[in-house]
Amino acid sequence: MTGILPVALENATKTVQALLLSGKEYVCVMKLHGDASEQRVREVLKEFEGKIYQRPPLRASVKRRLRTRTVYYIDFLEMEGRNVLFKVGCEAGTYIRKLCYDVGEVLGCGAHMQELRRTRAGPFVEEEDLVTLHEVAYYFEKWRETGDESHIRRFILPMEKALELLPKIYIRDSAVDAVCHGASLTAPGVVAFEDSVAPNHTVAVLTLKGEAVALAKALVSASQLAEMDHGFVAKTHRVLMERGVYPKAWTKTQTL
Amino acid sequence: MPRIEAPWCRKPKLVTKTEAKTNPKYGCRPENRPLRNYIRHGIINLDKPAGPTSHEVTAWVKRILGVKHAGHGGTLEAFPQHGKAGEIPK
Repeated sequence: MTGILPVALENATKTVQALLLSGKEYVCVMKLHGDASEQRVREVLKEFEGKIYQRPPLRASVKRRLRTRTVYYIDFLEMEGRNVLFKVGCEAGTYIRKLCYDVGEVLGCGAHMQELRRTRAGPFVEEEDLVTLHEVAYYFEKWRETGDESHIRRFILPMEKALELLPKIYIRDSAVDAVCHGASLTAPGVVAFEDSVAPNHTVAVLTLKGEAVALAKALVSASQLAEMDHGFVAKTHRVLMERGVYPKAWTKTQTL
Repeated sequence: MPRIEAPWCRKPKLVTKTEAKTNPKYGCRPENRPLRNYIRHGIINLDKPAGPTSHEVTAWVKRILGVKHAGHGGTLEAFPQHGKAGEIPK
């Protein structure tokens, strides 16, 4: 299996939880065990779009119970003899090997997954900035030789890239350090937000310079947030920024 | 079955609640971080080769760059067929 594998470095590893739960896209070669017409294969693949039931395969790293997964699209690309090439966009945790097997069952002739390439993992796609291991080693060596930082900056991306598909909330400088210390985000700290913010969904909390502060769970919807002037907006669950980058702007209540 | 829109096809709109400025004294735009910090907060869009496992590939990146930690998002099984270890959801 080849394709997109985002690798996060040091502090950025905290963002992978957002990637693990995000949708994926694959290009897959499925091998049929008998003959079927192209028309029939196209029809059956269409049937697997939408919500599907899937039991993880025998050799799986999760509990083998029936679960539902969303297949956003399956695009038939081409067919040659018993080899079928298609592109599938799906929710995290969808087994493509199992999908091929199930398509084979519906076709009646049986099928298995022959080859697979991941073409998307959340916001990461093939067209932009995809590098091979060789390129990583090459550019790193280049930087060591020349001291030219642009070699590093061309293949390492800021971790904020991983948060691109999450609903975003931009906050004031004065709210940043409190969130870095684990505080929940309150309405006065919010400067702007995306209308995709929804209760109980993970959101990315960012500074006005676009730096990631934390991952948080939204407590209100975007329309509620627009009306709020006080109260909790989101509960911080993963702090991404180091403390002390922005000044502390809260005061301790004196206790006697 | 009605087609469900993929998350990457959605285009959310930005709503501005209030006007505010940010002080250039603190922090900086992610792309302008000093190099050491840039690497620490970096992520690589890697094209995984066939053969090695996702874990092995991640360990190589860690060694090449000499960073303390590295982690990958979403495992891709190593072999097209008859993988040695348990298959991982993809």
